[in-house]
Amino acid sequence: MSDQAIPGISVTAVAEEPPKPGPHRMVLNMGPQHPSTHGVLRLLLELDGENVMKCQPDIGYLHTGIEKEFEQKNYQQAVTLTDRVDYLAPLSNNLGWCLAVEKLLALEMPPQAQWMRVMLTELTRIQSHLVWLGTHAIDIGAMSVFLYCFREREDILRIFEMFSGQRMMTSYFRIGGLALEPPRGWQQRVKKFIDGFPSKVDEYESLLTNNRIWTGRTKGVGFISLEDMLDLGVTGPMLRAAGLKIDARKDEPYTSYEKFDFEVPTRTENDVFARYQVRVEEMRQSARIVQQALEGMPAGPWKADAPHVVLPDREKMKTQMEALIYHFKIVTEGFRVPEGEVYQIIESPRGELGYYVVSDGTTHPYRVHMRTPSFGNLQCTPILIHGALIADVIASIGSEDFVLGDTDR
Amino acid sequence: MLSETLRQNAIVTAVEAFDADAIAAGKLERGELTLEIAAAKIASICGFLKYDQKFVRLSSVTAVDRYPLEPRFEVVYHLHSVEQKQRVRLKCRLESDEPAIESVTSVWRGANWYEREVFDLFGINFLNHPDLRRIMLPDDWEGHPLRKDYPVTGTRI
Repeated sequence: MSDQAIPGISVTAVAEEPPKPGPHRMVLNMGPQHPSTHGVLRLLLELDGENVMKCQPDIGYLHTGIEKEFEQKNYQQAVTLTDRVDYLAPLSNNLGWCLAVEKLLALEMPPQAQWMRVMLTELTRIQSHLVWLGTHAIDIGAMSVFLYCFREREDILRIFEMFSGQRMMTSYFRIGGLALEPPRGWQQRVKKFIDGFPSKVDEYESLLTNNRIWTGRTKGVGFISLEDMLDLGVTGPMLRAAGLKIDARKDEPYTSYEKFDFEVPTRTENDVFARYQVRVEEMRQSARIVQQALEGMPAGPWKADAPHVVLPDREKMKTQMEALIYHFKIVTEGFRVPEGEVYQIIESPRGELGYYVVSDGTTHPYRVHMRTPSFGNLQCTPILIHGALIADVIASIGSEDFVLGDTDR
Repeated sequence: MLSETLRQNAIVTAVEAFDADAIAAGKLERGELTLEIAAAKIASICGFLKYDQKFVRLSSVTAVDRYPLEPRFEVVYHLHSVEQKQRVRLKCRLESDEPAIESVTSVWRGANWYEREVFDLFGINFLNHPDLRRIMLPDDWEGHPLRKDYPVTGTRI
């Protein structure tokens, strides 16, 4: 093999050696439009035969400057931006943002709002894991699982539509509660879905768990030590598949998660198959939480009692002077948030999602930083696939479950 | 300058015992501990917190631009101790003139991309970083978008 550079690859001079061709070495450019990267991720691979000797991920193709955009919106408007970061888990992002700002405002949510938030974020978790399972299976060659997963995902999206009027960009959680009153008949819809769901998970498992091709492609593939993962900032199901029982819902409970009974599934094998098992078990646990939320949903208000933040009811606005003034103030300029900074963590389907919000006392956030799980998880890729076969690269990066919108922001 | 309640905090006491000059200020607000660290000492304090105080995870590194105030930049580190379920925020202030700070990649390899992001979007240099180049924007991009004096709209001529 010659030392000639391969056309189409331009690497900027860097201190750390990028992959480069040489004797017995070939550089392969994977992406940014590769079907298995689920978005625009580019991996620069240095190959020795079929083995990956070096990898350099190249991200930023979906960078939209969303953190700058936050500074231009008022706090309530910014909810719509959070949907678009991790577009597979919009409600988790809504929740993280709302909790951060509510912490700054020192707002206490009424029980129904909290439980409704728990229920919908857990449905989001199921939905996100379903997309992951379907696409991950398709990458490894199991076509049919995709169709089953998307069938159930569609049911969840219809529930979201019922609540918020939107299937994906829900923006249903607002600072101070929920956007709309829960729709009539939501209990029946959620109940119908959640009663049937555990048997559907059995169905996926019957297609995959003992499938020889599936186990052959996933068992013993994509190993990375727990120490490496902690050092590199990996969070979520990947850590749990390595035996570390870490889950923000248990460790740093928010939105009354401490009132729910659920397990944090862990495995110790630390390979692609273990990550699959953890996520499948998480779907079952989320279904349990949804079940509990459905049965024990408290009655009462679904918005906080904070007239300076939450828009008044239509009825009040038309009859009471004060309500009208508040309405006018909130709509025209937004509400002021006390000066300070918070770092709010939630457990998103992909791992630790953190919102760092700095307020300068005005109606617009001064600075917002999103610590997104995909960004941290993707960083371990070079170590995860080091020495692996090129076919296993697909299985390994699939097991990270990243969303490029979440990575690039 | 540190309040009495802060001095009773175990982490603050440990850091003070390790290096008395390192903490410039500190506060405990909304249950979150923030320590302001002298910029020159950030790597050694991070190393101490990781290896001695069990803050094994670096949750994120980011920055805040206080333009036009001086010192203009705040580099913010969020540390997480999995064992003790604790978090601490470290903060270093940098002047606007050629802002630079020691990289913490020698403590956590995971700091790599976070510091590259801050370098890219704020133009803060990280010394002894193994691979400091833009991560989000193209390599030939001009300016640093998250700075407060970077315009939101407009066309480059």
